[in-house]
Amino acid sequence: MAVEQELINVAPEKLTVDNVSKSFRGRQGMVQALANVSLQVREGEFVCLVGRSGCGKSTLLNIIAGLEAPDGGQVLADGKPVTGPGRDRMVMFQESALFPWLDVMGNVMFALKLKPNLNNQERREVARYYLKLVGLEKFAHANIHELSGGMKQRVALARALAPNPRVLLMDEPFAALDALTREQLYGDLQRIWQERRKTIIFVTHNVREAVCLGDRVVLFSPSPGRIREQFDIPLPRPRDINSIALAGHSTQITQALKQYLGTPAAEVAE
Amino acid sequence: MKRWLSAAAFFTILAAVWEILVQIGVWPHVLIPPPSEVVRYLVRAVSDHTLLDSSHITLRRLVLGYSAGLVIGLPLGLLNARFKVLQDTLGLVALGLQTLPSVCWVPLALLWFGQTEHAMFFIVIMGTVWSVMLATDTGVRNVPPLYARAAQTMGSRGLHTWLKVILPASLPFIVSGMKQGWAFAWRSLMAAEIYVTILTGFGLGHLLHYGRELHAMDQVIGIMLVIIGIGLLADKILFSPIERFLHRRWGTARH
Ligand SMILES: Nc1ncnc2c1ncn2[C@@H]1O[C@H](COP(=O)(O)OP(=O)(O)OP(=O)(O)O)[C@@H](O)[C@H]1O
Ligand SMILES: [Mg+2]
Repeated sequence: MAVEQELINVAPEKLTVDNVSKSFRGRQGMVQALANVSLQVREGEFVCLVGRSGCGKSTLLNIIAGLEAPDGGQVLADGKPVTGPGRDRMVMFQESALFPWLDVMGNVMFALKLKPNLNNQERREVARYYLKLVGLEKFAHANIHELSGGMKQRVALARALAPNPRVLLMDEPFAALDALTREQLYGDLQRIWQERRKTIIFVTHNVREAVCLGDRVVLFSPSPGRIREQFDIPLPRPRDINSIALAGHSTQITQALKQYLGTPAAEVAE
Repeated sequence: MKRWLSAAAFFTILAAVWEILVQIGVWPHVLIPPPSEVVRYLVRAVSDHTLLDSSHITLRRLVLGYSAGLVIGLPLGLLNARFKVLQDTLGLVALGLQTLPSVCWVPLALLWFGQTEHAMFFIVIMGTVWSVMLATDTGVRNVPPLYARAAQTMGSRGLHTWLKVILPASLPFIVSGMKQGWAFAWRSLMAAEIYVTILTGFGLGHLLHYGRELHAMDQVIGIMLVIIGIGLLADKILFSPIERFLHRRWGTARH
């Protein structure tokens, strides 16, 4: 059956960011958003990018997504250069970017409708599977403006998962949510990641969040944006953001972050 | 309910004061007929079918001209937003012509088409097209770029992105433009009917015009009220609710 085939876990992708640079022409002249950034991400790895505002995290994510082209260097997905957006790499943005003219089901179906080899019946079945995965099967016919912020991000997650990508790129997806909703989503995201085996790159300002979710935390520093240090997080899963072991790691990383920036502690949320 | 009551009370008092001022001779009867006579005229016009026939003729012209205006204006707006070359050429023309009151098209229309339906059709289209085009253009420019990017990552490209993302995303602004276009079309048609005197159909504008010629002030004021009524009805019943609904659901409400 096509539906079962569609729902089979695809192998996660290995990502190689090779010496990528990118500049923008801003109002105050050229801004170098990324300078010679190199990063290896194993298949199925959960990597968190942390760094203060403006150090090029979103830019890097957009380049990996293929939404922007680097000035120099390249990104390889399973050894093949990325030349444009592709369904193997789905993006979840900070604002949900859901389409308000479609209902929840319609949003998840949008990506599926662009996939050949499925009929509409099968597409709906696949969409229902993912809505269930994010716990929203009861809201299939709700309108987007009726949902809370947390529910919107769940729909966005379902929509990103629906084409069965091999990589999930998440740009501060939970930044606008309250702490309790966020904690729930940490649990759900870890569960879904283990169930669906994806390579995930997750951008955040929140060091604790990064430690809670990532196999590895990558520190960025700004002007020009570059990678400063990387931390492996060998904690068992599922992780609880309030655990003491987790707090130890995040204190260490926060200190490293402050040291690179030479900025007051208030700039980085621990 | 309370708002309805206060509105009703206001208009009743207005009519009463007007009636009294005319009856006791403060306002001259020949220039301002009392509301009772206006109502009597309207009743007469309804019972001998002149009002209904004229409204019918006028609305048919309006719907035809307006539809043509939309059919031309919408694609022009989309193209204008898509191609910079158009924006710097046709866009400027539209901007200029939109500021031109539609009565100004009358002399040209009469020279080109004579006293014909075509002349009126032309005037209504000219009154509609530019505002619809510019509103569509603005609507498309107001679409958050994030929508198109999200669609691209899901495999949407080119025409698919335009039809399934950009167009629906700009719908609230397009409907605002359609509402404005409707108002312009209505004004243009009234100008056209007053200035283009033809025998192929007596519209509301013609009734107004002949009311003046015959010095039938009850007719002039009665028809003016009908024209106001039709304008209000289209706005309050058709466009405003749709516009409000879309802006709320799309999250583009501006208040
Ligand atoms: N389209 C653009 N045009 C001009 N400058 C840009 C553009 N996109 C990014 N920049 C600049 O590049 C730098 C890096 O931006 P980027 O959005 O990648 O940072 P970020 O790390 O994601 O920041 P934040 O944490 O605030 O999201 C910033 O200085 C920004 O001003
Ligand atoms: Mg960012």
